[in-house]
Amino acid sequence: MTSVPVEYYLALAGLMFAVGTVGVLVRRNAIVIFMFIELMLNAVNLLFVTFARMHGNLDGQVLVFFVLVVAAAEVTVGLAIIVSIFRRRASADVDDVNLLKW
Amino acid sequence: MESFSHAPLYAQLAPIVIGLPLLGATILLVAGRRVGRASGALASTLLSIAFVLGVVSFFGVTGHGSQIHLWSWVPLLGFHTGVDLNVDPLAIVMVLVVTGVGALIHWYSLGYMAGDPGYPRFFAYMNLFAASMLLLVLADNVLLLYVGWEGVGLCSYLLIGFWFERPSAAHAAKKAFFVNRIGDFAFLAGIFVLAASLGTLSIPRIDASVSGGMTSGLATVAALLLFAGATAKSAQIPLYVWLLDAMEGPTPVSALIHAATMVTAGVYLIARVHPVFEFGAASLDVVMWIGILTALLAAILGAFEYDIKRVLAYSTVSQIGYMIAADGLSSYSTGIFHLAMHAFFKALLFLGAGAVMHALADELDMRRMGGLRRVMPVTAGTFLIAALAISGIFPLSGFWSKDAILAAAWAQGQYAIWAIGLAAAFLTAFYMFRLYFRVFEGPSHVQEDLHPHEAPRIMTVPLVILGFLSVVGGALNVPGNDALERFLDPVLGAPAAPGAVTDAILSAVAVAVAVIGIGTAWGLYMAPAADARRAALEHRFAVLVHVARRKFYVDELYGYAFVLPGKRLAMWFDSLVDARIFDGAVNGIAAMLSGSGEQIRRLQTGFVRSYAAVFLFGVMVIFTVLILRVAVT
Repeated sequence: MTSVPVEYYLALAGLMFAVGTVGVLVRRNAIVIFMFIELMLNAVNLLFVTFARMHGNLDGQVLVFFVLVVAAAEVTVGLAIIVSIFRRRASADVDDVNLLKW
Repeated sequence: MESFSHAPLYAQLAPIVIGLPLLGATILLVAGRRVGRASGALASTLLSIAFVLGVVSFFGVTGHGSQIHLWSWVPLLGFHTGVDLNVDPLAIVMVLVVTGVGALIHWYSLGYMAGDPGYPRFFAYMNLFAASMLLLVLADNVLLLYVGWEGVGLCSYLLIGFWFERPSAAHAAKKAFFVNRIGDFAFLAGIFVLAASLGTLSIPRIDASVSGGMTSGLATVAALLLFAGATAKSAQIPLYVWLLDAMEGPTPVSALIHAATMVTAGVYLIARVHPVFEFGAASLDVVMWIGILTALLAAILGAFEYDIKRVLAYSTVSQIGYMIAADGLSSYSTGIFHLAMHAFFKALLFLGAGAVMHALADELDMRRMGGLRRVMPVTAGTFLIAALAISGIFPLSGFWSKDAILAAAWAQGQYAIWAIGLAAAFLTAFYMFRLYFRVFEGPSHVQEDLHPHEAPRIMTVPLVILGFLSVVGGALNVPGNDALERFLDPVLGAPAAPGAVTDAILSAVAVAVAVIGIGTAWGLYMAPAADARRAALEHRFAVLVHVARRKFYVDELYGYAFVLPGKRLAMWFDSLVDARIFDGAVNGIAAMLSGSGEQIRRLQTGFVRSYAAVFLFGVMVIFTVLILRVAVT
């Protein structure tokens, strides 16, 4: 069984993270931004798993569970906020939500 | 120096004597309102118990007494200043005066202050004063003495301004405090000189080591600085001006603090550290001259005053002048003797004046009194006794003590001092009987709607007791027996005294002068055609009378010389240093912060994506730095 080289995983993770970052910065729809954040988190998860396997150490895999739990919680809270904003102004555009300043 | 548990009984009582009035003051300051009417009796009882303990102590103390160490206070650089008490004959005599006369005045105040809304507060301050004064006289080192010294100053301020809703009282309290601060500052400087050159603050050690530990010139400087402190506290030239205004306080306060006890602290201080004055010999001449000139000046001013309490205040200044002069003549036990006698008859005079005010709805002007002997026989009788005593009429207490001072001056060849003292004695007799005749004799000038009455029993009983003491007090130190003098000898040394024959002649002269003074007062105020004679005299010396009525313009002089420049300086500091520099620095920093905040707040746009971009940028910077650091190593 030939294993896929580690570099491939790293490249894929880096690409996913970069896509996620750009997406968060350029998109205005809150739901979409959320999805890009998920993408960034999963890029990091991929790295954790990769390195865990590479070093034969389970610490990385354990951390992935933490990331998943935190992400789930974050999504719950975040979606709740988005839903309530959407109910108020029939829009999920983050640039409209700019009153919290000065 | 002994620890408390190893000290003899009479010394062990000393901290309790201080503690009792302190306890009373604490209770009344914390819970005075709850104690209410009972506060007067509480304070008076505590001080009376302290007096009884003082008497027990008096019968135990001998020789140099005992020094007890209570606890360490400032264990610093070899100074090791402790809370130590010096229970010796001099301190015990002062304790008896403070607690004895103090307790009588406390009981009297029960009647005098009845109905005053600040009743508990009054007794709290009075007890606090007694505790501070006892600490002052019992302190074994100058630092502890200074605590008591400042304590009595504080209580004096609080009690002069007791009726602080009256602007004049508040002003008088301030004046007393400021003038005393000047003296206190000099006193503190004197303590520093002693501490720096002798390396100790303990009074017995200062007294023992002064002649070996410092030069005579330095001792003179230290002595004069201490004396400057004494001139403020004891109201001597040039710092006597506050005592007149101090009469704004309630009359028992004037009797206790501004006549009998606190103002004599200077006399006590000089006696306590007399080796410093003896070694810096030039200082004794200053002390002597200041004392006797104060005695004369205050007596002159007293003869022109119409306010009965102010007459008594001048009289106090004058009599303390005698005591200070006695100190200056190295006759310390004579000074202390006069101090004790003065405490009796001057407290009596003030309490009598208080009884008159009590009867006349706080009237103070003797021109609106007269004939009061008929309605107030006890007050008039005791007042007459005190007036005779202060005038130095044989055989009342004042005769023995004042005569001893004049005799000491004669014995040392200080004939000028003796003559000035005699002149002041003449004026003393004159102004006291001027006061007595105008208030108690002659036709009544009391306002129609007032109905004078004798004071209640609680006030007259202390008057009678003090009257009794004023009569027999001299027996303490009759020439030939000199009980008080021998008691104080180990601490103060024997005073100079002329031979018995000379002494008798001097006494006769002094009494004759006093009688002439009384006769003059009779001639100008009681005799037929006295008014015409007085008017003629006033007309003849119109300028002198005018200047004397204006107190020789001393207040105005001080006002222009010190108070006004002081005010100007304060205004200048207020407008420039305070407003510009200090406020400017604070306001400048505040303006800088709010101005920069005004600019920086623009960074907060409210756009979530711009925050994310900044966040990303920051993370990238941090990673770049980290990577570069790894690359470098």
